[in-house]
Amino acid sequence: MKIPMTEYLRIDLETEKWECRVCDHVIAPAEGNYKEGLLVHNRDPRDIHPPVIDPDKYRFTFSPDPDWVRILEFCCPSCGTQVETEYAIPGHPPLWDMQVDVAALKAQWAARGPEMLPDAGPVVVPSRAHSH
Amino acid sequence: MKDLETSAPTPNEMELIKKFLDDTTLFLGPDPEIMQNHDLMPRTADEDDAIQKFSDSHMIAKIRDRIQSGCDEGYEMVEQMGAAPGAKWGDVITGVYSASGDLAIASAGGVLIFSALVHHPIKFIIKNWLNDPTVGVREGDGFIHNDSRYGNVHNTDQSMILPIFHDGKLICWVASTVHEGENGAIEPGGMPSMAESPSDEGLKMSPFKVVENYQIKRDVLTFLQNSVREPKLQYEDMKVKLFACLRIKQRLEETLNSDGPEALTSTLRLTMENVRAEVKRRISEWPDMTVRSYIIQDSTLRENCVVKINCKLTKTGDRLIFDFRGSSPEFTNRATNTIVAGLKGMLAQVFLCYVWPDLPRGQAAFAPIEVITDPHSIVNCSYDAPNSQSLMSIFTGFTAGQHAVAKFLYSCPEKFTKVHAPTFNMINTFIWGGVSQHGETLGNLCADLNGMGAGATANRDGEHALAPIFATMADIGEQELNEEEVPFLQLVSKKMTRDAIAPGKYRGGQGYTMMVATKDSDQWGFMTTAEGAKIPPIQGLFGGYACGTYPLSKVKDVDVYEILQNTPEKFRHSIEEIMNEQPFEEASYTTHHMGMGFEISKRGELFMISQGAGAGYGDLLERDPVNVVKDIEEGLISPEVAARLYKVVFDHTTLAIDFEATEAAREEERQARIARSTPYAEFIKGWNQPQPPKHLKYFGCWGDDIGTLYMGAPDLTRSGDEPKPNYMPHPKDVRIAELEARLAAAGIGGGEKK
Repeated sequence: MKIPMTEYLRIDLETEKWECRVCDHVIAPAEGNYKEGLLVHNRDPRDIHPPVIDPDKYRFTFSPDPDWVRILEFCCPSCGTQVETEYAIPGHPPLWDMQVDVAALKAQWAARGPEMLPDAGPVVVPSRAHSH
Repeated sequence: MKDLETSAPTPNEMELIKKFLDDTTLFLGPDPEIMQNHDLMPRTADEDDAIQKFSDSHMIAKIRDRIQSGCDEGYEMVEQMGAAPGAKWGDVITGVYSASGDLAIASAGGVLIFSALVHHPIKFIIKNWLNDPTVGVREGDGFIHNDSRYGNVHNTDQSMILPIFHDGKLICWVASTVHEGENGAIEPGGMPSMAESPSDEGLKMSPFKVVENYQIKRDVLTFLQNSVREPKLQYEDMKVKLFACLRIKQRLEETLNSDGPEALTSTLRLTMENVRAEVKRRISEWPDMTVRSYIIQDSTLRENCVVKINCKLTKTGDRLIFDFRGSSPEFTNRATNTIVAGLKGMLAQVFLCYVWPDLPRGQAAFAPIEVITDPHSIVNCSYDAPNSQSLMSIFTGFTAGQHAVAKFLYSCPEKFTKVHAPTFNMINTFIWGGVSQHGETLGNLCADLNGMGAGATANRDGEHALAPIFATMADIGEQELNEEEVPFLQLVSKKMTRDAIAPGKYRGGQGYTMMVATKDSDQWGFMTTAEGAKIPPIQGLFGGYACGTYPLSKVKDVDVYEILQNTPEKFRHSIEEIMNEQPFEEASYTTHHMGMGFEISKRGELFMISQGAGAGYGDLLERDPVNVVKDIEEGLISPEVAARLYKVVFDHTTLAIDFEATEAAREEERQARIARSTPYAEFIKGWNQPQPPKHLKYFGCWGDDIGTLYMGAPDLTRSGDEPKPNYMPHPKDVRIAELEARLAAAGIGGGEKK
């Protein structure tokens, strides 16, 4: 049984691995930090949150200060899906954000059965018509 | 001395010592036994007896609904009749408390954070005043309270508390709580960011009697009126809260008459016990896991610095433990600390409003959940530290909790709500005060603090400027009504701030622009009390991004009312245009962080801010291109930013989408991501540092070492469990020192003779 844990990650209870839900790539051992199996990019926050007012004229511009905070972007090494972001103080170790008790997860789902798996998935079929 | 008896005192001697101490207590300060406990009181013999006699679940549901309606009726009364702006927009709660002081049933609307807080002062009354011959608790009494150290968010919120008797026996309590605003603090409006000690925070009311025989005592009232800037508001809202409590009392008496006191007592108790049991059942459905998150405050409202709110949430079986150890030490002379009960109140709000909104409102929903903090930390401050701006810490604490909880919920078969990215969490609004156009002295704030952008959910975008995180069923009031009473206008109001975005597969709800200018008073000013001008105060979820940052912009040496009268074509309706185009000649244009202390404004000067966006959810390359273009059409995002971030290919004139080209551009971007990114193990070799950066004043733990708390510099620390003072220099002294250093460097004298 494969348990969807986030929008893009699942845990295969048989192999005890984190997997990508988009491309099925096996990422990392389930009892460990899934981020260790991903790629990371240190993003300047001004790229994502552009200045609304002129940075040549003003100290505060609606953009985060890149000397104060960075965006760590974690993506799947196989399909490039952005699995998680972390707004981090420069140099702060990335968080082990989901530390799963795999044995307990297996026991919980053995009792539930696969018919209880949540109906949620990453697949979005974009609209083709521009209507409003 | 050798013969000195050193054995422990006997039980009789201990009894004597206890009696001596009880009889000679010099000060009944905040009681840690009450303030550290948020669980339900033990079931009493009366409750047990009542449950034995009355436990039919259908009848209990019927009575609970009647009491709920009574609470909602009281809530409506306060909202409709209250004078405080906070009352008008629903910053209110009413509720019925058990004889032991637990909040059993609260109004459905309003500020549910109070549901986890207002039981503390009732327990103080029970413990200290009930049997005190100089005070006592009798039919017709009413008690007032606002001091957060005895149980509250901050002392701008005032409660009226009434005991309810039946046949001479205390059977329960009713209370009404309102964000009143003005409280006589060092700055107008009730939430001073300039407070450097509790003595700067204005009126601090421990629970005391202010009503006898259902009448407000005029002598005490006059003292209270003299203690605040809005004496009429003080009186009016005390009456409103009293009459709301009396209406709830009337509804309770109807139940007492029709069903008897055991039915009421049993309903209150079983409601709480059943909710508590259901919460434990729901927790047990979550995966056993530890989730870590942290949120950064980027200021103390007086100066920019980096203040960590550290959260580790662990679920094992039916236990759920919030561990906030490692969060910043308390600031001894800054107002952004919170007592731990305030933090718990906001965490309760995560569950009551965002996770399990179907549960009956009350204290029980958070009762079984555990919270751990360091002593004298920013989320569990001492009683000597100011906390009038506790919102800064309880809101960022809330967000850490909301962010962590989402990661538990995703795999649950039964969710009750959608998985939710963090909602914006700062009170980006104007607090104001001075003398109005009618000659009245006022101090309060704009309802726009309630216009926080909602986080995106697993299946849709966040809603814009929807509701505050502390009251999901509140509103943002009517600015035009407000303007009849205050001498300023919001020249731009409720217009979305373009490009201040939180991108994702589903984007966060966006915030709107506010531009204010004083018009009809020479004695009027504003303050702003928010963080997040350098670092976003939220995190994104599952690959989505947080919001950006939000500054304060000022335009001075201008009278925009003259501009609007004589050359209206010069006026612009966005911060972007006014600050970039600088259309008013001779004016000065400046930007600031959002912690502006109270500042007198001249007629026609512009103060401009924006509400914030909720966080995005999911990978932005999965966002439906049609929705990207819709955002452009609605003025939420510029075509250039939309094309660059979302990789949507469209005609910038017609906005027609080229779907094939978009899919190709997105696939190209995924490959580019892989190319520019680094494997984790290799990345952390270059990224991870053993200590906080020297260029930042950093407060809190670094990495997983929660035992060491940094206090503004890499070589300045304290142990997590050993309190230590943490004073900040006055920002003006810092500036003076900078300027003196420059003078000294230039060889210009000053200071002592050599």
